[in-house]
Amino acid sequence: MRREMLDGAAAITRGALDAGCDFYAGYPITPASGILSHMLRELPKVGGVGLQCEDEISSIGHCIGAAAAGATVFTATSGPGLSLYSENIGLAIMMEIPLVIAVSQRLGPATGAATAVAQGDIQFMRWCTSGGYPVIVLSPTNIPESYHLTKRAFQLAKRFRSPVFLATDKETVMTTESIAESAVSTKAKNAPDWPAIPAEPVGNPLVPFQIDGTIHHYTGSSHNKAGHITKDPEIIAEFNAKLADKIVSRTAEISLIKADLQKGAKTLILSYGISARSMEAAVKQLRSADKKVSALTIYSLWPIPEKQILNCLKGIRRIIIPEMNHGQYRREIERLVTPDIELLGVNRVDTILITPEEIVEAFYA
Amino acid sequence: MPEIVPETYIAEQNLPYDFCPGCSHGQILGALNKSLLQQQLDPSEVVIVTDIGCVGLSDKYFVTHAFHGLHGRSITYASGIKMQNPNLKVVVLIGDGGCGIGGHHLLNAARTNTDVTVLVFNNFNFGMTGGQHSVTTPLNSITATTALGSSDAPMDIAGTAQVNGGGFVARATAFDKDLPDVITKAMKHDGFALLDIWELCTAYYVARNDFGRKEMLGYMDSMQMKSGILQETKRPGFQTRYKALKQQSKNQDKLKSLLLETKYASTLDKPISIVLAGAAGQKVVSAGNLLATAATLSGLWASIRADFPITIQTGFSVAEIIISPEPVLYSGIIKPDIAALIAAEGKTKITRLTKEMDQADTIYFAAGLGEVDSGAKKIPLLFPEGIVKSIKKNISILTAAMLVQELDIFPFKALREAVRKIQKTKVAEINLEILANFEENK
Ligand SMILES: Cc1ncc(C[n+]2csc(CCOP(=O)(O)OP(=O)(O)O)c2C)c(N)n1
Ligand code: SF4
Ligand SMILES: [Mg+2]
Repeated sequence: MRREMLDGAAAITRGALDAGCDFYAGYPITPASGILSHMLRELPKVGGVGLQCEDEISSIGHCIGAAAAGATVFTATSGPGLSLYSENIGLAIMMEIPLVIAVSQRLGPATGAATAVAQGDIQFMRWCTSGGYPVIVLSPTNIPESYHLTKRAFQLAKRFRSPVFLATDKETVMTTESIAESAVSTKAKNAPDWPAIPAEPVGNPLVPFQIDGTIHHYTGSSHNKAGHITKDPEIIAEFNAKLADKIVSRTAEISLIKADLQKGAKTLILSYGISARSMEAAVKQLRSADKKVSALTIYSLWPIPEKQILNCLKGIRRIIIPEMNHGQYRREIERLVTPDIELLGVNRVDTILITPEEIVEAFYA
Repeated sequence: MPEIVPETYIAEQNLPYDFCPGCSHGQILGALNKSLLQQQLDPSEVVIVTDIGCVGLSDKYFVTHAFHGLHGRSITYASGIKMQNPNLKVVVLIGDGGCGIGGHHLLNAARTNTDVTVLVFNNFNFGMTGGQHSVTTPLNSITATTALGSSDAPMDIAGTAQVNGGGFVARATAFDKDLPDVITKAMKHDGFALLDIWELCTAYYVARNDFGRKEMLGYMDSMQMKSGILQETKRPGFQTRYKALKQQSKNQDKLKSLLLETKYASTLDKPISIVLAGAAGQKVVSAGNLLATAATLSGLWASIRADFPITIQTGFSVAEIIISPEPVLYSGIIKPDIAALIAAEGKTKITRLTKEMDQADTIYFAAGLGEVDSGAKKIPLLFPEGIVKSIKKNISILTAAMLVQELDIFPFKALREAVRKIQKTKVAEINLEILANFEENK
């Protein structure tokens, strides 16, 4: 038996490199700096580019420019940096630039409890720029998933020509753990059997600037097919509808969950990211005490995998939702389910991971 | 020479310009066209990156590639494009407004000497939004937002690029006959090139102030600012330097896995949590890594989180280790099974944890730490004198050795193997000797 010791930052880096990432720009911030150092060290070795820029605005600006010139781009930050990414995420949406952004969440607001684990930015990722257009957000619960979901994020970014977030956190990125051999490698024997993302882009592929006699225009303004600014309401309506629809209409393709359902269970525990691990530990405890309980891990936070969630609710009377914020995903579930299902949050915003015992307690409540 | 060189780089089907009559923006675009003609560039070799403002309308007037981004950020996109494809010629068209909101990017692009050419359309105010004051608005000028006259010292854009190391810096006016030549020089320069081009916004700045071509030149004189090329250095552009880094890194080892073969057996049947609490400089975290690695070498699963202040060379240093027969799910520690208090800083830091501990748990404590407020069993951390030169300096590795011996969940050999596996040769040698002495003395 062979194992290795790894932290999430290394797993994410390997995922990005194995996905073909050849451009990274970022600005140091704990708990995302590990990714910055790994990428800057590794990229020049494979002929890519890794940069530390003067701030987060410049970092994401460099990424978007490089992507328009054909790079497969990546950046990572935490809440304060995501705040500065905001305007350019809108630009990436408008220009339809594939862009993977890892957000290693720490406890805010502002500088907050630097640097402690949190999950307070999952709504922020969804609504992080003006206009309200959809983005894709994936969230790993452990180190192998950090690797595989990073790779998947690149596939989704390319397919949808859109920003894709990896919603991770301080604990997952900075804790070193032993993992099975090659759990984070292209040779992973134990790779999750997730449905493959089709390689061809939805709509027109991005054609990069290159010296081949063809000319391309990219703009953050509402534009026609030639990439020129337009004020024509019909063209604008059509384009904006497409921006929203390309993701929303393919929610099924993006949706990714892990359902661990038990027959006869009336309680479902639903979680994501680091809190899903506490959930898993709690489920073990409950089942070893002969309690019936189902569990649902959400990997694709946005767009919300509504159908998949609803499919897990047969016989469920109560949903417990552990998350390290004040109930940001609970409010989404609330509007999904019928009012006769009771919703119960287990929430912590005090730097300490939600304990399995707290979830067990909520079960007995 | 490219196969097809156009007769003009202006997209004539999109003319006339949308600018106001008399606006100098069109004049500068004309000069850029002349420069591109001088250089005989393939249009697909050129990327024009436009900022926001009236100047930002310019992308549609060229038959080259174009990128129209956000206010003040054009230099960052341009630099990214050039990093990805250094064969492209990348030209930024930005206003004085863009140089204000994006000033940080401008001065850092000068510092890094990123190989883009920046043409500043400096008309002393925000044209597009209605003639508000900008960073270059001259003192006492009337603008939409300075009814009493501007009282802020104007920013010298060319000077800013100059003092921050910009490779090629020039000051010019939109009316200079040699403007195309200077643009060509700037574009040929390897490194950051900036032209601060003074010009007229007829709709606002000119209309509100007694300011025409003549006054503009007079103002330049009165500010003791010169026109022409102000700086030309030989420092290679960032992209050229980065190419060298790529070349140099090519044969270096890539990120690879450090595989840990299960060599030893363990009797552990439930998770055990250990907290090592010491001070900066005591190598607490590396001792924690050794324990976690040794456990992994013994077929167990481990997690380790390090905690230390941002000011890394002072204060506490804490390692939280969980060792388990199953993969670790909950990596937090609320009530440790074992705590080793190695220094006062660590002791204070983990008070919350030690208070939770009871008789089932054990606290090891170094000499001189005083009372420990906990219901746990307490055992002093004692090592025979002479076992190493300085017990104090090596207390973390000694504590790890002691824990391996006391807990007996995997063989001592596993710890030695961990040292060999993960520590640098020099450190490993020292630590292996310490471990040997420890074993002899036990
Ligand atoms: C972030 C942001 N803030 C404000 C604006 C509004 N805005 C549009 S153009 C402009 C000023 C442009 O002035 P300048 O760069 O000098 O260009 P000019 O119009 O004079 O050519 C401003 C503030 C914007 N587009 N984006
Ligand atoms: S407002 Fe000023 S800068 Fe804009 S087009 Fe008119 S004259 Fe030119
Ligand atoms: Mg202006």
